[in-house]
Amino acid sequence: MSATGTALVLRRGRFSALVERRTLVFTAVMLVLLLALGLTALCYGDGWTSPARVFAALSGQRGGPNVMIREWQLPRVLAAVVFGAALGTAGAVFQNVTRNPLGSPDVIGLDAGAYTGALVAITVLSGTPARLTAGSVLGGLVAAALVYLLAMRGGVSGLRLIVIGIAVNAMLTAVNSWIVLRAELEVAIAAVGWSAGSLNGLGWEQVRIPFCVIAVLLAALVTRAPALHQAALGTEVAVGTGVRTESLQVQLVVIGVGCTATVTAAAGPIVFVALAAPQIGRRLARTSGIGLLPAALTGAVLLQSADLIAQLLLSPVSLPVGVVTTAIGGCYLIWLLSKEVRSG
Amino acid sequence: MTATATAADSTGSTWGARRPLLLLAGLVALATVMVASVGVGAHFIGPATALHALSGSGDPNDVALVRDIRLPRGALAIGVGAALAVSGVLVQVLSRNPLGEPGVLGVTSGAGFAISVGSGLGLTVNALGELLAAVVGAVAAAALVAAVGRRSPLRMLLAGMALSSVLTGLTLGMRLISPTVFDKYRFWSIGSLAGREQAPNTMPLLVIAVAVAAALLLSRQLAAVALGEAVAHTLGVNVTRVRLVTLVLITALAGAATAIAGPILFVGLIVPHLVRRAADGSVPWLIGFAAVLGPVLLLAADTAARVLLTTGEVPVAIVTAFLGGPALIWAVRRYGVAQP
Repeated sequence: MSATGTALVLRRGRFSALVERRTLVFTAVMLVLLLALGLTALCYGDGWTSPARVFAALSGQRGGPNVMIREWQLPRVLAAVVFGAALGTAGAVFQNVTRNPLGSPDVIGLDAGAYTGALVAITVLSGTPARLTAGSVLGGLVAAALVYLLAMRGGVSGLRLIVIGIAVNAMLTAVNSWIVLRAELEVAIAAVGWSAGSLNGLGWEQVRIPFCVIAVLLAALVTRAPALHQAALGTEVAVGTGVRTESLQVQLVVIGVGCTATVTAAAGPIVFVALAAPQIGRRLARTSGIGLLPAALTGAVLLQSADLIAQLLLSPVSLPVGVVTTAIGGCYLIWLLSKEVRSG
Repeated sequence: MTATATAADSTGSTWGARRPLLLLAGLVALATVMVASVGVGAHFIGPATALHALSGSGDPNDVALVRDIRLPRGALAIGVGAALAVSGVLVQVLSRNPLGEPGVLGVTSGAGFAISVGSGLGLTVNALGELLAAVVGAVAAAALVAAVGRRSPLRMLLAGMALSSVLTGLTLGMRLISPTVFDKYRFWSIGSLAGREQAPNTMPLLVIAVAVAAALLLSRQLAAVALGEAVAHTLGVNVTRVRLVTLVLITALAGAATAIAGPILFVGLIVPHLVRRAADGSVPWLIGFAAVLGPVLLLAADTAARVLLTTGEVPVAIVTAFLGGPALIWAVRRYGVAQP
């Protein structure tokens, strides 16, 4: 598959862009897939409704099942798409900054910190939802800030950030398992259930603020995307083309941490999407570096399909979506790798 | 980066000359920690009394305590520490990734999965069943990852990550559905040496001893492979065979350690980083230092775990994380992350 001769040049006045045909096809296919998955998820609620019914409900028709679709299914579906995209993008940002496929917000202790905060909220304070959210956001941000400050020493090297993140992560995980070990069995199960990450019971009130935050963060990221791609070519090249790498790095880390913390606050730590989506997206879109758009699309498709499976697998019991994201994301990576092995 | 590289060059020779001394210091530290580990606990035993008890004379309670509990447990800590540290070095050298640790081969998640399935089916009722389940799970997972990733280090890392997450997801699902599995898993998953000295551990310890020796014998060829395939071919090293043998060694070491003590794999990540500076680029020395420092770390953590809380024992994995975590942060801030 030759890469040359498949690029399209888009021009409009002063602006022009070079787009690989493969990227366009990939984007279109992913969007169609996402729409299909979203529609299926809307059809599945208490039982199955027909797609025609769903469209009627979305266009604003009144009536009992329509309210269910608008008030229960729709926010959940949108949450899966937006959160998945946010996690995928955050993963791509971290893997670009650290230049390591193991770089992801969960590796540098953010999830473990959020879990510690939530555990303290559940076991020590009486775990009301508001306290749980506050505890997890606070824990995640403190862990991320700690890792970043410890890794700073005349600029942040990506690898140092990851290794120190792993060290902090290990300590926090030790604390977490200690709390789980000492807690009553019921409390421990509730805490672990939260830590799996779940989209169960998300309504408009819970997702409105996260959506706004993520929109602002992603918009900020888009304005920095060209600089990010320059930086991926290497520090020397980036500095030579006029990118201020250190300040860019801080901004990128803040955006990545912000995306992950917002999702974690709303849905618990949904692992693996941030780690796998950039790698899967890169292989599907066949880009040379880790692109933001493929990662975001892959993340959204991954989380949406995982949530659908989580609802269907043991219905009427709805599994935490984190259980499924880990399982299907991993299976997919294995399949991709085994394909690569076969083709040499 | 360039600054640290030149600094390493200028000080390289002095570090190289110090290596035998450093190894001796490590052995002395190991002996000291071992004496402390035999002495310290709910019932304190002085070094002299301990020696007498070892030879069978003195208070029969002391004799039983030293011979049947403290000494076997110390031996376990030494074996597990050496296994984890050496397998960590092997993973990092083989994958040329300083973030490698034995867990990337799926050992932990494989063992955890097997333990969960076992306890869900009611098979892991005694220590032997648990040990067998952990061994089977760890070895099967590592063998699968090694088979997929035997050609390229990156592929191995990704395959390990993928398999780990699939197994972790399945284990999590089982735990959330069955409280029995949950209770069993939360005690296993924390990693501890408490009470493990009662399990039949001779076989895993023997495996560890053989594998560490084999790793030392293989170290020169491994160093050649680490320089790149072309260089290794020029030096007359069979790259495929060395990779394969290394993977088998990693599997054996990490599998045996996980079977004995549960997941304390963090040791496998820290120790290579702590000894890299002292080894000064030599893979044989790296393995030698790791085989000494790993036991020191785990033995110290295990001894501290016994006395930190008056209410009971802290699992050793927690103490390891809090001893090793700051040490790792210090080493990385002081010397940077060098490619192995």
